[in-house]
Amino acid sequence: MTDAAVRGGLVRRLPYLLPLALFIALAGYFWIGLGKDPHAVPSPLIDKPVSEFILAPLEGRDRGFTSADLIGQVSLVNVFGSWCVACRIEHPFLVTLKREGVVPVFGIDWREKDRQAGPRWLAEHGDPYTLVGDDPESRAAIAFGVTGAPETFVVDARGIIRYKHVGPVTADVWEDTLGPIVRRLQAEK
Amino acid sequence: MRRLLPVLALVGTVLKGPALAVQPSEVLADPTMEARAREIGRELRCLVCQNQSIDDSDADLARDLRVMVRERLTAGDSDRQVIDYIVSRYGDFVLMKPPVKPETWALWFGPAAIGGAGLLALVLYFRRRGGAGSGGAAPLSAAEEERIARMLEDRRG
Repeated sequence: MTDAAVRGGLVRRLPYLLPLALFIALAGYFWIGLGKDPHAVPSPLIDKPVSEFILAPLEGRDRGFTSADLIGQVSLVNVFGSWCVACRIEHPFLVTLKREGVVPVFGIDWREKDRQAGPRWLAEHGDPYTLVGDDPESRAAIAFGVTGAPETFVVDARGIIRYKHVGPVTADVWEDTLGPIVRRLQAEK
Repeated sequence: MRRLLPVLALVGTVLKGPALAVQPSEVLADPTMEARAREIGRELRCLVCQNQSIDDSDADLARDLRVMVRERLTAGDSDRQVIDYIVSRYGDFVLMKPPVKPETWALWFGPAAIGGAGLLALVLYFRRRGGAGSGGAAPLSAAEEERIARMLEDRRG
């Protein structure tokens, strides 16, 4: 058989391979889709200014925080709750950030049912926050489009949300994503 | 009657439909305003249990969103403004029914397009085969006609 004949045979058989090719394409598509986290909803707030909010202080403290506190320096805004299991994972790392003075972290204590729970939790595990606000009715949480805790936002010095991280901030997450972003924004000033 | 009870309970469960997540304390005094809030609530997705609307969901965040919807309505926002506010925070994903726009054309029209293409392929395929069939089958020869006649004869005989 000549080369041309072989090629001719292949071309004639091509339509029969089409379903297989389609199947492989679809399977690949679904395979990728299955690996995605349905809770990682893309945020429309990236590169938008933080909308205004005022958070009351935790019980026993005299200062909460407002959106105006975020202006003037690069900061992290961390949504947590004493009820949130994954928040325990990131907490020691946030305390380290505070100790080393890398970047101020503002805490939104989200949906505590008991007004003592947040302060007690911070007393027990350490307080990594520059300022903490109490958000029992999701005011600030909805302003940030929060869907679950923990979530952490990088806000630049002009008060614009630059990045959203869903899930605990561990040393690895800091090294790979948050750290470089924060350093780049701090250099921007 | 005792045997009938479980059956009645089952029928009751089915007819009743899903339980309402909206708590009495959330309900607005103004019935028209409340009806608008319910309508909006049915269009917004609960971000925690993603296949329920905030109107159906018992999640805390869904409750807070319901309360926020009612507050904004009471403050004089239109239905559109309330929905736009929530969408500006959570993105189109929060809408139970995704909006029709260039990014979602594949979603809205993709299935119909693929179905249409399949149908077209099917029509073309059968038309081509049908065309080949009508002209392709050779008419019976005289010998064959004779054989058939004989076979039929034998049967009857």
